[in-house]
Amino acid sequence: MQRHLISAADLTRDDAVLILDTAEEMARVADRPIKKLPTLRGRTIVNLFFEDSTRTRISFEAAEKRLSADVINFSAKGSSVSKGESLKDTAQTLEAMGVDAVVIRHGASGAPYRLANSGWIDAVVVNAGDGTHQHPTQALLDAFTMRRRLIGPDAGLGQDLEGKRITLVGDVLHSRVARSNVDLLHTLGAEVTLVAPPTLVPVGIETWPCEVSYDLDSTLPKSDAVMMLRVQRERMNAAFFPTEREYSRRYGLDGDRMARMPEHAIVMHPGPMVRGMEITAEVADSDRCTVVEQVANGVSIRMAVLYLLLGGNEPAVTHPRTEEK
Amino acid sequence: MSKILIRGAKVLGGEPQDVLIDGGTIAATARQGEIDWSGSGLSAEGAEVVEAEGKVLLPGLVDLHTHLREPGREDSETVLTGTRAAASGGYTTVFAMANTFPVADTAGVVEQVWRLGKEHGYCDVQPIGAVTVGLDGRKLAELGAMHESAAGVTVFSDDGKCVHDAVIMRRALEYVKAFGGVVAQHAQEPRLTEGAEMNEGIVSAELGLGGWPAVAEESIIARDVLLADHVGSRVHICHLSTAGSVEIVRWAKSRGIQVTAEVTPHHLLLTDELVRTYNPVYKVNPPLRTERDVMALREALADGTIDIVATDHAPHPHEDKDCEWAAAAMGMVGLETALSVVQETMVDTGLLDWAGVADRMSVKPAQIGQTSVQGRPVSAGEPANLTLVDTAYRGLVEPAGFASRSRNTPYEGRELPGRVTHTWLRGKATLVDGKLT
Repeated sequence: MQRHLISAADLTRDDAVLILDTAEEMARVADRPIKKLPTLRGRTIVNLFFEDSTRTRISFEAAEKRLSADVINFSAKGSSVSKGESLKDTAQTLEAMGVDAVVIRHGASGAPYRLANSGWIDAVVVNAGDGTHQHPTQALLDAFTMRRRLIGPDAGLGQDLEGKRITLVGDVLHSRVARSNVDLLHTLGAEVTLVAPPTLVPVGIETWPCEVSYDLDSTLPKSDAVMMLRVQRERMNAAFFPTEREYSRRYGLDGDRMARMPEHAIVMHPGPMVRGMEITAEVADSDRCTVVEQVANGVSIRMAVLYLLLGGNEPAVTHPRTEEK
Repeated sequence: MSKILIRGAKVLGGEPQDVLIDGGTIAATARQGEIDWSGSGLSAEGAEVVEAEGKVLLPGLVDLHTHLREPGREDSETVLTGTRAAASGGYTTVFAMANTFPVADTAGVVEQVWRLGKEHGYCDVQPIGAVTVGLDGRKLAELGAMHESAAGVTVFSDDGKCVHDAVIMRRALEYVKAFGGVVAQHAQEPRLTEGAEMNEGIVSAELGLGGWPAVAEESIIARDVLLADHVGSRVHICHLSTAGSVEIVRWAKSRGIQVTAEVTPHHLLLTDELVRTYNPVYKVNPPLRTERDVMALREALADGTIDIVATDHAPHPHEDKDCEWAAAAMGMVGLETALSVVQETMVDTGLLDWAGVADRMSVKPAQIGQTSVQGRPVSAGEPANLTLVDTAYRGLVEPAGFASRSRNTPYEGRELPGRVTHTWLRGKATLVDGKLT
């Protein structure tokens, strides 16, 4: 594995499967009475969030704390950044305080790449979402959720997603989740279809390893998992689609449409959901919808990533039987 | 100002010649060793001899598109540092763009810039006047007053911003006819480029950077050549960057529309693939395009569809590039590498000979800018504005050695051919053996 995690495209199949398998071990920790491992004791991780994202920040924080790391939360709002400090100076200041890893969320595409590759700092960089570029831990937790649901927690160990048909629906143009998922799912052998109105499909998409469709209804019966992407209401004002109602009629997932999916197929959403827009309450609350599981899996995946990037070669979890001795 | 004898230089890349400069003028040229002194009243006695065997002698280069940043952004460049960079790159004239602080939209500002250029003496500085007050695209600036000022402005541009209002553009095109001026358009449809950060295409789709469609440039060029045709005016298009723009200009010229166009060195060499590094040194307006565009631009420069090379030399302080892509300033310095890039992309590829380079980098830009003393033939009686190039040289670009105050070059560490060794401005050496005087 590379030193940093910047893009899902940087992961090989073996890297990705290793992360998923490690996350499976981490998930078992969550079932213990004491949900904590000593692995990253004495290591300091900063969550450097230039964009508000409470759920991603909390997920990383939970993962870091379960690995016993020391955690610093840095939010750009009200900090020196709002007084004009550059990304470089902010990062160097934090590193001077002895930070081993920087988990960065930034509104500018490429900011984590710059942080990792400009020689500004030596710390490990984990991309927690940059602009409309990448969100690799989201793609990993999505793949983890798919593997658990479509193959099984134990049966899935060592497996990829070969032949699974995954459909992503919504605002592909502005979505780092879509970009990361297409890269990772392709690496894992899945067949990906993106469904969106043409205005929300980027020019230049033709080289992506996926199919593109404008028609949701014809895609649903051929899907093992359907992931609904959030569509911001503001997009309407920039003429990406005429009205909220029209969007949800053509691209929203409701009970009728869900009924057209194969019986085993699951509904996913990276959150936060806009109920009534891309997904109805009926679908969101059904047991085919994995939104809540995805949140739980997010902690396991982030534990796995931080462990693999910072923890070195020791086994992540001491085997239960060894522990009993 | 004494005599200088340039010995054995390949004038415009041709046969070796001797060129005698006396005062500010070329006194004589002849095949090497054959200047006939008898009866001419000429003598090389006391002349300083410059051995130029193997080097190419060109008329001093003329840049129709330079940002000198003074007044207002002296932290990135001044008239002095910018003209030193120009001399270093073989230029004897630069046209200074109007987007300074304050904007060069009055006679007072253009005269100040013009006077600073004159005082420093490294290179003639021809200020470009803003088309509209404050570059805001709404109200015509006093174009006539700028023309009648000591600076004698003939080129007007809101460069950095597009004169997007069709009526304002039409009026500007018409108005400057009264004194033979030309409007240089920065072709960028503003609505199509809101949030634009790089060329829209395969790379932008992957990188998640805001797309800058080619059509935003092409639609304005198409509109403006039609406007120029309608009102019978001349229009100049700044920094053409797409294959589609080339086709439109080619069509316009075939119809007899008075349009001229420029291309920057970086658009002749670099593509949007470089943006994959997210290194803002590649962030520029118009953005780097694709390989197909680069090839179309080279071909158009070779066949004359594109008239000239202009640098769009755009200095920025280090901190404005040492940051994330979105926060970075757009632009790259170019005066000190332009000729090398043109040699690499046009001469060494066989698309253009040195006479062609002289035409595209000196003669034509001087004609478009209407400066009668620049871009002249290298022959007796002409002003001694000259550039001597060691075309056999190859070396790495080292920004630390730049005369410009800024270092934002995309070529750092890249090997490029050619090196300007001497520049003369009206017979006065501004660059000798690669060193500024």
